[in-house]
Amino acid sequence: MTLFVLRRLWLAALVCLTVLVVSFILTRLSGDLAASIAGPNATAADIAIITKNYGLDRPLVVQFLDWAGHAAEGDLGRSFLYHAPVWGLIRDRLPVTLTLGLTGLAIALLVALPLGIMAAVREGSAIDRGIMMVALLGQAMPGFWFGLVMIVLLGLELQWLPISGVETWQGYIMPGIVLAFSAIPALMRLTRSGMIDALAADYIRTARAKGLSRANIILKHALRNAAMPVVSIAAVQLGFMLGGSVVIESVFALPGVGYLAWESITKNDFPVVQAVVLFLAVIYIVLTLLADMMNALLDPRLRG
Amino acid sequence: MVMAHVMPARRRLPAFRHLATLLGALIVGAALLVAIFAPYLVPHDPFAQDLNLRLVPPVWMEGSLPAHLLGTDQIGRDYLSRLIYGLRISLLIGVLTVITSGLIGITLGIIGGFYGGRTDDVVMFVITCRLSIPLILVALTVVALVGSSLAVVILTLGLLLWDRFAVVARTTTMQVRNLDYIAAAQAAGASRLHILLREVLPNIANHLVVVATLEMALAILLEAALSFLGLGVPPPLPSWGLMIAEAKEYMFFSPWVIMTPGISLFVLVLGINLLGDGLRDLLGADLRR
Repeated sequence: MTLFVLRRLWLAALVCLTVLVVSFILTRLSGDLAASIAGPNATAADIAIITKNYGLDRPLVVQFLDWAGHAAEGDLGRSFLYHAPVWGLIRDRLPVTLTLGLTGLAIALLVALPLGIMAAVREGSAIDRGIMMVALLGQAMPGFWFGLVMIVLLGLELQWLPISGVETWQGYIMPGIVLAFSAIPALMRLTRSGMIDALAADYIRTARAKGLSRANIILKHALRNAAMPVVSIAAVQLGFMLGGSVVIESVFALPGVGYLAWESITKNDFPVVQAVVLFLAVIYIVLTLLADMMNALLDPRLRG
Repeated sequence: MVMAHVMPARRRLPAFRHLATLLGALIVGAALLVAIFAPYLVPHDPFAQDLNLRLVPPVWMEGSLPAHLLGTDQIGRDYLSRLIYGLRISLLIGVLTVITSGLIGITLGIIGGFYGGRTDDVVMFVITCRLSIPLILVALTVVALVGSSLAVVILTLGLLLWDRFAVVARTTTMQVRNLDYIAAAQAAGASRLHILLREVLPNIANHLVVVATLEMALAILLEAALSFLGLGVPPPLPSWGLMIAEAKEYMFFSPWVIMTPGISLFVLVLGINLLGDGLRDLLGADLRR
């Protein structure tokens, strides 16, 4: 187990390093970073000053090592726009994004698990087909558009929910539902196929032979075995959802990390963009690492 | 036993699934025809503005004009014509992105799956790295830095969306690489390249076709999201995502402005997914254990 954990940690560190390099290269794509920072109305003298001040005249490798060294110490640089440390900006907005992501995941699980189980128990029936159809419909729904439709319908016509902001907890409901929609199809399919496999296993026949109730067999015996892959995919989906918060937070004007990222991208605030890319990647890496470890704990066969 | 996985066995489909596949094929087929013959089908020039006819509602609403079946947008451009040209953009992006990402992903996956060992470790590592990079954020950044154009969006999405191709190509190659016909080809003195392209690729193609439909649907949705955020296809091109973004300010007074492009997007993606699902059954490409 120790060897497995060490191997995984080493791999995770390597992935982090690669993402570090990629997010650095990313912001150098424009060719002339100083000109981008200075904006369209800058004179050649302005650009020269910016080049000097931000150290952009140094060799790329030196710039990278300088930035990566600071990043490793937790110093992600300063925002051009806010004139404040980037890490502070992210930290202030993190609660909104995390709450949103967890709300989305909770809604997704609440919908996907029961529906997936129901479809598996009645495999091949009209209920099963109907539920799989819902998965397909969900997959085809453009999230940002769905959000706008909900704003018009629930926020404006019916006035049930606030149309933007998170002053009250109700503000998280609509964006949470939109975010959940992106994860529901995958979670539902996985629950269904896991349950179908589990229900066909020998220990289920044994449980039936012992005369256990149907609910007991489905919820205690089958679900426990089907849940494992669902848990690990749920962790991965949470990572994707946090990444997808860029779109949802702009639609609902939520002051989270995603909105910060979008604002920084449109305003050429590169240190913030770099930091958010790195930050979201690290969250994803940690989540998948945790999922792997949990699976290995639950299933010794995976530790090889 | 292994053969059952590899040989695409034609299964009889239940009537319902058949219907769903047909519907998908119908939607995609119609979309292709409309996109190809767009110049002959549009009632108006999709770029021509008429500031006297702004936000004319569609035919089923009061105050509509027979000349503009689906109404006009905020600067008086014909909505139906823009939707038809928008379909062209969506399909173009879908197809070209899938070609780019397919080339990258399939190459990586086949190499990793066929050679195994260290090579496979490297391929897996590259896939893991790609998955940990936040997709939309990176795409937005690239478009913001390089400048928004159709080509940039296609290349960016193509360079990002290859992960599922790689994963599926890798797994399926592993399933076929130890089969007799590969050994036979090796014994017959076929080159590595020949084996990969002529023996492995055709035998995993059924799985890759299904992935292609999924990725095409995803690419179309992502382009719409990028354009909606203002960092995708540049105006005045009528991308559906951009149309929704431009109409957003008016949606409180006339909600139909975001409805037609949104529903078009939904129906097109649904059609592609239905077709993909049907192909999965027809080609026996179900990867779920």
